[in-house]
Amino acid sequence: MHPARSIILFTTLSGLGFGLLVWLGIDPTPPTGWVAFVFFAIAYALALGGLAASSFHLHHRERALKAFSQWRTSWLSREAWGAAASLSVTGLYALLLLFGIAVPPLGWLGAALALATVGATAMIYAQLKTVPRWHHWSTPALFLALALTGGALLSGRVIAASAMLALSGALQLWVWWDGDKRFARSGTTLATATGLGGSGTPRALFPPHTGSNYLLDEMVYVVGRRHARKLRVIALLLMSLLPLGLLQLPHPHLFGLLALVSHATGVLVSRWLFFAEAEHVVGLYYGRR
Amino acid sequence: MTALPPQTGKTLGLVIDLDTCVGCHACVVACKGWNDQAYGAPLSDSDAYGADPSGTFLNRVHSYEVVPENGPAQHVHFPKSCLHCEDPPCVPVCPTGASYKRAEDGIVLVNEDACIGCGLCAWACPYGAREMDPSAGVMKKCTLCVDRIYNETLPEEDREPACVRTCPASARHFGDLGDPESAVSQLVAARGGIDLMPEQGTRPVNKYLPPRPRDSWSGETDVLAPFLDPVAEDPSGFLGWLDRTLGKL
Repeated sequence: MHPARSIILFTTLSGLGFGLLVWLGIDPTPPTGWVAFVFFAIAYALALGGLAASSFHLHHRERALKAFSQWRTSWLSREAWGAAASLSVTGLYALLLLFGIAVPPLGWLGAALALATVGATAMIYAQLKTVPRWHHWSTPALFLALALTGGALLSGRVIAASAMLALSGALQLWVWWDGDKRFARSGTTLATATGLGGSGTPRALFPPHTGSNYLLDEMVYVVGRRHARKLRVIALLLMSLLPLGLLQLPHPHLFGLLALVSHATGVLVSRWLFFAEAEHVVGLYYGRR
Repeated sequence: MTALPPQTGKTLGLVIDLDTCVGCHACVVACKGWNDQAYGAPLSDSDAYGADPSGTFLNRVHSYEVVPENGPAQHVHFPKSCLHCEDPPCVPVCPTGASYKRAEDGIVLVNEDACIGCGLCAWACPYGAREMDPSAGVMKKCTLCVDRIYNETLPEEDREPACVRTCPASARHFGDLGDPESAVSQLVAARGGIDLMPEQGTRPVNKYLPPRPRDSWSGETDVLAPFLDPVAEDPSGFLGWLDRTLGKL
């Protein structure tokens, strides 16, 4: 799949933002006053910044409000509702905190909605049977784990962040290992795609057109896959191992910030791979993956 | 609404005969021609006369080679357009309700005025049947020529999809695949029509008729063939020495 910059930025940034909102919502002793303002401002900047970035891949942004209409069937629509609902509820929670009033149930509801939003984002990908690497429970699991990891780092929880860094890193490793086998496991081949398997072994002879097209640009993105192995090592180092080490050092403010920057960069690399390595079954028709 | 209708009145679709398709691409041209001036935004081309031409098409003809266990390779032309699935994965994913399946005849359509151009439906389709038009910024797909098949201003013989009307080999057939008595259903039953990617669970309406088995290696060898047998299997002289020496290494 084509790794669109807007989508990579969106899923990474809003994942961090909603992750922070979860931790702020379930905090038994939440910050109040100006401290609360700064924490919630960061969460909002990340979540809204991500949402704004995502709108850049729409061709008709002026009709974006219509995307709220199909929540019964569409995960994209549910994501829109989740974002609106979680930002409203946590907004109210934050407003009350500014005046020193903590309403825990409101925080819990906001945290649940923020988690649901990240889950809905992940389900947009996980629902696609056409991309076997994504069509798996581990897609929402990894998105949620990374959001909680980033949120824990942002909210300065050293122990929670360390545990989540180890957990999400291990999950990411397994997702790569298992993901490589999912296309073969899906059973979709050129033989099933063309129905020509009965009489022999089909092979794509020549494409329907000499140039490229939307399908190939969007869904048969093969550029950069040859560096995938190196990028996986870089991603894991930056998103898990390095921040895990940094968190164990003294001066949590300085090294915590470095850990956060390293983690976010690593997640960006991992998200790039999430798209670039995902093979859509339509590539089979072109003799490619 | 992107919820699918529980059932459709008719089940309109195409039957494509891979045995008779000659790969002339006339259906591709007829489709592009009709949809440049009919339903919705025209199918645009970019850099049409330049170094890197590309364009939006609703129908494309692939070519495959099939190598049987025992027999010469067969060349199959393979036209592919929207299969108007009974369970189309492209429809429920649409966030705006622009994509829908018509309850009356099962045609899958895009209401271009509601399309935000997010491209998720094209990701959900396993067949590559949907293409985003880069100049209009909306999703384009086969309409089964909905503006021809019910068009009473056209002569009756023209009230079928442009690709079917134009096919010089009669490799494309249009009709109601939900009616077992229809000509297309009878054709599918007689020729063993198949679904593409049945494991994706889309239940495509369009059916493909597999190519009939043709040549085989046995019994058709030319009378002169024995004279073409290789005469010297084991090289002698210098080549023989080289062969033996290299073999020992």
